[in-house]
Amino acid sequence: MKTKTTSLATCVALAGVAAVAFAAESTISGAGATFPYPLYSKWADAYANEAQIKLNYQAIGSGGGIKQITEGTVDFGASDAPLKPEELDKAGLTQFPVVMGGVAPVVNLASVKSGELKLTPALLADIFLGKVKKWSDPKLAAANAGLKLPDTAITIVHRSDGSGTTWIFTNYLGKVSPEWAKSVGNDKSVSWPVGVGGKGNQGVASYVQRIPGSIGYVETAYATQNHMTEAKLENRSGAFVAADDDSVQAAAKGADWKSAKSFYVVLTDEPGAGAWPITGATFVLMHRKQKRADVAREVLKFFDWGYRSGGKAAKELGYVPMPQAVIELVEKSWQNEIKDESGGGLWPAERHAAR
Amino acid sequence: MTSGVGAAAQVGLEGKTAPIGDRVFSVVTRVFAVLVLGSVFGMLLVLLEGAWPALRAFGPRFLTRKAWNPVTSEFGALAPLYGTVVTSVIALVVGVPVSFGIALVITELAPSWLKRPIGVAIELLAAIPSIIYGMWGLFVFAPAFGRVQPWLTAHLGRLPLVGALFQGPPMGIGMLTAGLILAIMVIPFMAAVMRDVFETVPAALRESAYAMGATTWEVVWQVVLPYTRVGVVGGVMLGLGRALGETMAVTFVIGNAHDVNVSLFMPGNTISSTLANEFTEAVDPLYTSALLALALVLFVLTLVVLVAARLMLRRLSAREGART
Amino acid sequence: MTLYAQRRAVNAIGLGFSVLATAFGLFWLCWLFWTLVHSGARWVGPRLFHESTPPPGASGGLANAIVGSAILTAVGVLLGAPAGVLAGTYLSELGRTSRLGAAVRFVNDILLSAPSIIVGVFVYALVVRHTGHFSGWAGAAALALIVLPVVVRTTENMMRLVPDTLREAAAALGAPVWRVTLAVVYRSALPGILTGVLLALARVSGETAPLLFTALNNQFWSTDMSRPFPNLPAVIFQFAMSPYEDWQHLAWAGALLITVAILLINVAVRMLLGRKRS
Repeated sequence: MKTKTTSLATCVALAGVAAVAFAAESTISGAGATFPYPLYSKWADAYANEAQIKLNYQAIGSGGGIKQITEGTVDFGASDAPLKPEELDKAGLTQFPVVMGGVAPVVNLASVKSGELKLTPALLADIFLGKVKKWSDPKLAAANAGLKLPDTAITIVHRSDGSGTTWIFTNYLGKVSPEWAKSVGNDKSVSWPVGVGGKGNQGVASYVQRIPGSIGYVETAYATQNHMTEAKLENRSGAFVAADDDSVQAAAKGADWKSAKSFYVVLTDEPGAGAWPITGATFVLMHRKQKRADVAREVLKFFDWGYRSGGKAAKELGYVPMPQAVIELVEKSWQNEIKDESGGGLWPAERHAAR
Repeated sequence: MTSGVGAAAQVGLEGKTAPIGDRVFSVVTRVFAVLVLGSVFGMLLVLLEGAWPALRAFGPRFLTRKAWNPVTSEFGALAPLYGTVVTSVIALVVGVPVSFGIALVITELAPSWLKRPIGVAIELLAAIPSIIYGMWGLFVFAPAFGRVQPWLTAHLGRLPLVGALFQGPPMGIGMLTAGLILAIMVIPFMAAVMRDVFETVPAALRESAYAMGATTWEVVWQVVLPYTRVGVVGGVMLGLGRALGETMAVTFVIGNAHDVNVSLFMPGNTISSTLANEFTEAVDPLYTSALLALALVLFVLTLVVLVAARLMLRRLSAREGART
Repeated sequence: MTLYAQRRAVNAIGLGFSVLATAFGLFWLCWLFWTLVHSGARWVGPRLFHESTPPPGASGGLANAIVGSAILTAVGVLLGAPAGVLAGTYLSELGRTSRLGAAVRFVNDILLSAPSIIVGVFVYALVVRHTGHFSGWAGAAALALIVLPVVVRTTENMMRLVPDTLREAAAALGAPVWRVTLAVVYRSALPGILTGVLLALARVSGETAPLLFTALNNQFWSTDMSRPFPNLPAVIFQFAMSPYEDWQHLAWAGALLITVAILLINVAVRMLLGRKRS
């Protein structure tokens, strides 16, 4: 008798819980880069309060973002590795930049504080190539006179997933080290000569925090948020700079967005006295032909809101908002490129809102 | 073997003279039984279909190539396969003796009031989901192990042949860590099977050995174990099958490096951790296909191990006779 | 050393090793539980059940993930258990000696021990690719595929335990096979079958890998099964691997919740089975 009641109760409970499953919500979904994830989730939180639209963003890496939007399983994809115009044409996608940010080398050395370690481009490449194996290597000592570096092995932490941050980082290394360009190359996922792989920017940050003597590369917001030890890098003008708002802004200044087709702009190794050498923009990818016009409109409204009202949050997290001129170019591209199935425009939303 | 009502009645169950209820019953239950068959065949088919482009591009050499380069679209299964096998071997090397010891204690040594609690405690280990093992491994075990590693390198690293296994920076994570955590995960399964098969040994056999003056160890080693040999091996293979497919616990601590290293302190990859890390991101069709090929290899590997295990366990129960 | 002394020594060493091995096993269990309770218990509070998962650097709760997991598990069990019971019924009542029965039993064992990540890959290819997006339904389907073989096995075993004399007595009274099964066999085997369902429930509560490519995750409160669906194991995976302390605390709290839930289910199973035995 008791088991009968138990089984009946279990069934009712299960069915009741399952019945709740049949309620629908208004959400837009995106997936991709972990680079802008701290920013997008902060924006999403604020936007959900204002506009009652929830943005569900899954930070699975730029490679994942590109894959998911190509297959159409999400409403927009996010990638720090911009797609070339031919690739965009082939997939029927359009891309636009949202914010810019820097990628900083972070280390775990007990005797070193943030900003104390100095690295030259050649050193950085050699470390990641596995040629410089210990912190006590004379080449490191030469660049860091007066800094006490222990005789421990260097553990590299790189990304295990397809990453736009990796794309930006390897793009820079390829520019400063011919050996890197030849043996490893520039892509979202490369064959790393040495090291441990972390998933996402947060995975790399997590491993660097845990493994003594490790060095990794993360987007600056992650380094700041988690109080990590950053290293200074020598830029093209010969100055050792740290990755902060000013240096990333200085690097972003020289960007020529107007003449770039499909906003394909690379910001690594930019000239300028105070420029941070490993800078990049993060992009959003959407289909040119939208099957669900109302959803596409909500996505565009979200990013429009981000451009207009999200600048403060971006700066707080260490990102650099796009200049107004570029925002206008972007919104123009929305008008021209993103259409619904019948060829009608979607932007500005008020003009094209469906009734 | 008793055959129930059904077997004899089955002949008449779906005939035109059978009551409608029986016809429905027979068809409905059979449909769902076939569904089970269909799921597994479906899995095999889907994997084969997806893996085919990669298998065709790389051929059987896919299993022996080390390269894993999404840039140049060169893929080889050697690194994940190596990691899968090595971590599972470590899990067995550590786990089998421990499981054996636990089974021995439960069946021979423990007083009757202690048998159940120990058994329950070991079963609790089996109930803990693998993501918990992963978290604990990364947050607690790896840092602690990282402090033990220099000692291991200093002492064991100097031995002639085995020394190479213990070289490398003390990261805490790596193949050995993953293997140890796997060992802890498979111990409950193997211990439970071993305990069950040890208990099937007829009391007369054990008692007569004791009567002749054999020590407890001799009874277990020379009477119980040979009698249950097949079942024990079956249990070990069950543990192996589980270790091969384990994902979450390994992904946290193996270090995700597509590399083949002799040293166990170095990071590596297993097939399941590669899938967990890279599956949602493979854009290039050949990349996805290579991942599906890896999944196929894992599926076939676990299939072979499991079939062998089941065959052995069935042989043992056939010998017992008393169980159905 | 005399032979006798030698044998005594071997015995002592062997038994000593075995006791150490048992202590070794129990040591890990204790350490694990202690860590879980120590790291997780202090972050379990009413907030955990009220608020949804927060963005990085903020604090919040796990409400959406807990409810999401509950829904996914419930739907997975509702899909997989009845199918499993019916298939197990076939194996026990109609398929004891048939070739189909032997094949199904064999294949069921394969499904039972297939790595759960392969199940996830399969459901991705079957459901996610065709519907075009991640969804709670895909996640529930993957969980159902994990529930299915467990329930098939336990149902068959429990129904087989019912003595044939009962079946024959009912048949002698003129009951058709379906009636015999429903009224006699199910009634006797019900505690056992329920045990099987509960065991399956416990098993899928902690499964992460199959949900990684099917339900994905959702940081908001959502009960829409046709879109990416929040679930506790994926949240724990994401939060634990992150460098944010707030997130790591939530991950531990979630881990503790899952473990406690699974333990409670196991206790319930033991109580049900225990009563049956006595």
